[in-house]
Parts: sequence; structure tokens; C-alpha cells
Amino acid sequence: MSAVRLRYFAWLRERVGESAETVETDAATVRDLVAELAGREERYALAFADLSAVRVAVDEELADLAAPLAGVREVAFFPPMTGG
Amino acid sequence: MAIRVQREDFDPGAEIAALTAGRTDVGAVVTFSGLVRDTGGLASLELEHYPGMAEKALAAIEAEAAARWSLQASLVIHRYGRLVPGERIMMVATAARHRQAAFEAAEFLMDYLKSRAPFWKKESGAEGSRWVAATEEDTAALDRWT
Repeated sequence: MSAVRLRYFAWLRERVGESAETVETDAATVRDLVAELAGREERYALAFADLSAVRVAVDEELADLAAPLAGVREVAFFPPMTGG
Repeated sequence: MAIRVQREDFDPGAEIAALTAGRTDVGAVVTFSGLVRDTGGLASLELEHYPGMAEKALAAIEAEAAARWSLQASLVIHRYGRLVPGERIMMVATAARHRQAAFEAAEFLMDYLKSRAPFWKKESGAEGSRWVAATEEDTAALDRWT
């Protein structure tokens, strides 16, 4: 098991009910981690119900759900970005 | 090349002046400012960002622009926090020897920061609040640069 810092933004933050947390996991990929969270509590299942609307960053770099978690410190989940 | 992510407002005129101060090699400056627009009943716009990643993403987009066009200088400022209609949200400025590079690089910066910089907008008005969804147009706008 390793500790990963999770961050949530915009409506994902609202659905999960926190902006950041640290979880212990041995999930191999971001997708596995999402499945683990969704199985843990209803609020995660709701937040991750439509993965096509979820974007991922791994250690502050855009990534996708297949990204491996080995050695990763921080994973962020958020909807498509709307800068500018 | 400079990036700033800040809560405070900024003065576009002063920023443009600073960008070219003391330089004699700049022949063209293009700037774009984005403002909070009231589309009907908008009370405020909350801009959320991912501190750390926002600066990195903007710097990466700016570096890409510098690699594609011959720029003498560039600047991206993006605000966060609660803004009301009429307030400035962000600006980009590009300085080059000739106008074509300055125009194109400014458009490139805008297209990329629309959908590649970690900012999110929540509109609040009389009917409650809602997150602004990314548009197909914003995503499609990147295609012309690839």
C-alpha cells in the first residue's frame, strides 16, 4: 500500500465533498483507483458515474485513466477545463 | 516570457508598457483581454483553479508558442476567485518583430488556455449557480494547430 494525495475540483469537489484527501491504495492505475473509490462510498460512485466527463492529472500533468500509480504523489480529478 | 496566476486585478496598459520597456526589437504587440460577460442575470463568476498545475500548464503553453513563433516577449495573466460582470478575467500579450507572429501566437495561447489550463467557472445568478461546461468549439479550436 502506498499513500496518494487526491485532489478534486469544480463539481467533482462538490460531489465528493472535499477538495483533497490522502488515501492508502495498491491500485495499479488511476482507473483502478477510481473503481476502488466508487466501491467505497456512494458519493464517489456519484462523482465518477460518467467517466467521459472526468479529466485526470497525475503529479500536476494531464494524464488519462490508464496512467500507472507507481511512484505517484498526487492525482487530481476535474471536469473539462474552462480557462480564458 | 511570463505567467501570472493571481486573485488581484491588473492594468493591461501598464502590462503592455512593461512588456516592451527598454526594447527596440519589437515591431508588433498583440493583446487579448477576457472579461466577465453578463449573458442575462449573471451576478458573479467564481473562478476555481488548480494551484501549481495552473502555472505549469500556462508556462508549457507559452513555451510551445515560443517554439512555434519568433516572439520577443509574451505574457499570460489569469485571475481566480469571485468576479462580477465587467471585470477582467485574464489577458495574453505577445510581442514580435512582425504582426503575423504576434497575432497567431496570441490566438494559439488563447485556444490552448481555454481547454488546457486547469481553471473552472461557476456562474451565479438569481436562478442559482451552475458550472460552465466546456464547449465543442473550444475543443475543436485546438485542431487547427495540430
